[in-house]
Amino acid sequence: MMTTQTELEKDRGLFVTGCEAAARAVLVAKPSVIAAYPITPQTEIVEKLSRFIGEERHDCQYIAVESEHSALAACIGAASCGARTFTATSSHGLLYMAEMVHWAAIGRLPIVMANANRALGSGWNIWADHLDSLSMRDSGWLQFYTSTVQEVYDTILIAFRAAENEDVMLPAMVCLDGFLLTHINQPLHLIDEKRYQEEFLDEIRIPHALNFDAPHTLGTLVVPTDNYKIQHNRKVSMDLVKDVIKDAEAEFLRLFGREYHPVMEYRTDNAEVLIVAMGTLAKEAEDAIDMLRFRGVKAGLLQLRQFRPFPDEIVDIISGSKAEKVVIIDRDYSGGCGGIIAQEIKARLYDAGVMKEIVNVIAGLGGQDITAEDITKMVETEGGEFWWGI
Amino acid sequence: MIAREVEDRYGFGTNTVNREEYLLKGNSSCPGCTAMLAIRHILKAAGPDTFVLVSACCAVVCEGISPNTCMALPTLDTAFACTAAMASGVRAAVRERGINVIAFAGDGGTVDIGVQALSGAIERNTDFLYVCYDNEAYGNTGMQRSGSTPFGASTTTTPFGKKEDKKDIAAIISAHNIPYMATACPSYPMDLQRKVKRALSIEGPKFLHVLTPCPPGWRISTEKAIEIGKLAVGSCSFFLYETENRSFSMSKPSLDAMKNPIPVKDYLRVQGRFSRMSEEDIEITQRKVDANIAYYREAFGL
Repeated sequence: MMTTQTELEKDRGLFVTGCEAAARAVLVAKPSVIAAYPITPQTEIVEKLSRFIGEERHDCQYIAVESEHSALAACIGAASCGARTFTATSSHGLLYMAEMVHWAAIGRLPIVMANANRALGSGWNIWADHLDSLSMRDSGWLQFYTSTVQEVYDTILIAFRAAENEDVMLPAMVCLDGFLLTHINQPLHLIDEKRYQEEFLDEIRIPHALNFDAPHTLGTLVVPTDNYKIQHNRKVSMDLVKDVIKDAEAEFLRLFGREYHPVMEYRTDNAEVLIVAMGTLAKEAEDAIDMLRFRGVKAGLLQLRQFRPFPDEIVDIISGSKAEKVVIIDRDYSGGCGGIIAQEIKARLYDAGVMKEIVNVIAGLGGQDITAEDITKMVETEGGEFWWGI
Repeated sequence: MIAREVEDRYGFGTNTVNREEYLLKGNSSCPGCTAMLAIRHILKAAGPDTFVLVSACCAVVCEGISPNTCMALPTLDTAFACTAAMASGVRAAVRERGINVIAFAGDGGTVDIGVQALSGAIERNTDFLYVCYDNEAYGNTGMQRSGSTPFGASTTTTPFGKKEDKKDIAAIISAHNIPYMATACPSYPMDLQRKVKRALSIEGPKFLHVLTPCPPGWRISTEKAIEIGKLAVGSCSFFLYETENRSFSMSKPSLDAMKNPIPVKDYLRVQGRFSRMSEEDIEITQRKVDANIAYYREAFGL
């Protein structure tokens, strides 16, 4: 349903891009250090932030670095001294900082990053594609994928709390589809900043931050007998964070009235076919579900909002559903191995002993336009890997 | 110990060197390592209110094995390419003037893989001291050539001697109009410490290029490391100077050396790494050194 301008004004709402929503969320979380490098289609986030900081809306050091590698390195340096930090990037920028992406997670630094999902070259393409951030899925970052401008804003606010939980101490990446969210204006309802700062997000406290009281060294040599223990600690935190995120989402609902879950269900009641989608494709798929239901096809949608840690409940939902067919849409392709979301879900269904027909539709790569009508047709495809438009 | 008590009691000591140690004994540096010696002197000059960054380099290995460390100051070990960028981050988080941020990196981490981040940090006016300790090769990985390896030096990737000249990092840094930069060598510890103190008194980016002879890499015996540093300066193969706000000043050891320089051959022939240099190669090197001396004489009226 369209929200009218008058309704928006009543609710102190705005009509902004995903980039602006991201910047506004960051402003509420008040990091003390932001380091970033421009890249399309993320640039507006850092432009907005440097403007907000320039206007002294909050006390923050904005480091205009000379590369993405340095952007995350600067955040790592600041977080190592206990600072709350933020950066934003996209596509080639994310891959250029790849070394630091792993470094931040292994170093247990709760940095929050917005990534505008965009295709990779060669052959420059600036449009939406999930392979950039999915190729970082093994790095140890929390990963969220958003479907609306509002969700971008809310998820960044939730991400700071999850990342900084003392049992977690892991960086978090909030992904938004290039152009489809970064450059599209949608209604945005702001939250009560004071309430967020007082009741939702505590002062940051990084237990291993450098200090003069008990000087220590971060990052000395780690021998094999210790390295695997450190990696295991990270696994323990990755397991714990699942509940931490759910708690944060529940608290966000209680304080600010908007509901989020790692997997969002849409009209899954009595569904005979399930669609799984991530990012804006999930929002488009909601329309497709409405159309299918109208036509008498009992279809339901699972929006995968959280990719790391991978939400266990998606398996519970699929195995508990009477749907025999699951259509998994991947806006990514792992060379020689199909769609990444499909791989992960299939592996978990195997563990759970669940056998269903899985259709893996590779669609929307490099900004390929996928409409709700297209998605309604995807449920007619049969098992295996299916490339949309080929 | 007695001397120290006497000094304290009667106050006539002339020793102005900080007695505290911030780089502790028992670290895993090679015997005769002048890089760790340089870091020791630099931290003594900097004092306790100092955040330290150490790039991927020999020094990070010398720190020891986690959870142990030879660094008595808060220290952040960094990835290879990003030392100066991480220093920008540290400085953004630790804004108090009076707290020093010092980043150490080797020559490879400075003139090769780290030069972009270093250039960025200087351009951004990050308030920190960047120290390049230069052992003229990738020492930590077993002496492969770096951009800072001099002409003629054999390394594991230039087994017959390097054909190219050493990269002029000082000129690159100078081009940034940096408020303070200096060269030093731990063979002249008081000169080194004085330059560190001077650098840290200035707000903004500072750069220190320290020549650190490496006994295994340069194929010299360990007890010769200090002497080799003096030969480098004495032969004018390496100049000691400082530049503050574009005002250049040659340091005394180099001023003295310029009056009557030792032949470069005397510096090269005592090092195994130059053993493949022909007499002609040495002549070429001598001519380059002579040209450098002439340049400094003319440019600064020395």
